[in-house]
Amino acid sequence: MSESGAAEPEEDAGRRLANEARERVHFEEEALGLADQVYRVARRMVGTREEAEELVQDTYARAFRSWKSFTPGTNMRAWLLRILTNLNTDRGRKIQRTPDQQPLEESDYYLANRLAAVEGEQALDQQQVVERLSQGGVVNALADLPHDFRDVVVLVDLGEFSYADAAQILDIPIGTVMSRLHRGRRILKKTLAEETLT
Amino acid sequence: MSDADCEKCEELLQGYLDRDLTPAEVKVAEGHLGGCDYCRRRYHFEAHLRRFIRTSASERMPAGLLAKLAELRGPTAEL
Repeated sequence: MSESGAAEPEEDAGRRLANEARERVHFEEEALGLADQVYRVARRMVGTREEAEELVQDTYARAFRSWKSFTPGTNMRAWLLRILTNLNTDRGRKIQRTPDQQPLEESDYYLANRLAAVEGEQALDQQQVVERLSQGGVVNALADLPHDFRDVVVLVDLGEFSYADAAQILDIPIGTVMSRLHRGRRILKKTLAEETLT
Repeated sequence: MSDADCEKCEELLQGYLDRDLTPAEVKVAEGHLGGCDYCRRRYHFEAHLRRFIRTSASERMPAGLLAKLAELRGPTAEL
């Protein structure tokens, strides 16, 4: 505070605006630094690259408009993905092909057991055994998951979010995250076994 | 090792890989994995599978997207 009376409030206001502008620039740069990680998650939540690009652009447009609602020091990647999943739910769900059927899942060991039957028990120890599965097969199997399961599997297994972060991003209870994750992974493994080993 | 032990281990394995077990559960899982080839092989397989899924499904941001995102920034402020 200076003692010179009338000019001061204007100076304060100027300083406040300058600070705010600096904070905004800082926010924008941090957000842009996360774009690749945000895109990788987005890409597996929608069907095509074009949709993913559009979704990420819509996400950033909204994030830059509402940057003040982000609390500095909290997880910005989770904050961006919360916006992204909300937008995806608002716009896309009706046109996504996966109906909400509940596929049957097998046990957690199903894929391992199927591979062991083909390759032998010893093979399970080796890194190479997973390479019997194709990368494209993984992408297809993920795309085939009903979206409720897929969103959770993508956030946790690709995005490496904690259960708690995934719960916050999707606005669902943590117990729901866990059950969808466990079921989603089993469905994924069953699909991989069917695609690759039959 | 009994089948019941393997079943219990199968049940705990995903949580073990997620580091989401209680210390007591970790003890059960590790106690069993230490002595059971059948489950230990499946544990290794699941760990490899997760890595394979992550790398297979991960697709880098297309060239040009970052520039498009940067254009969405707010007006340049007078600092």
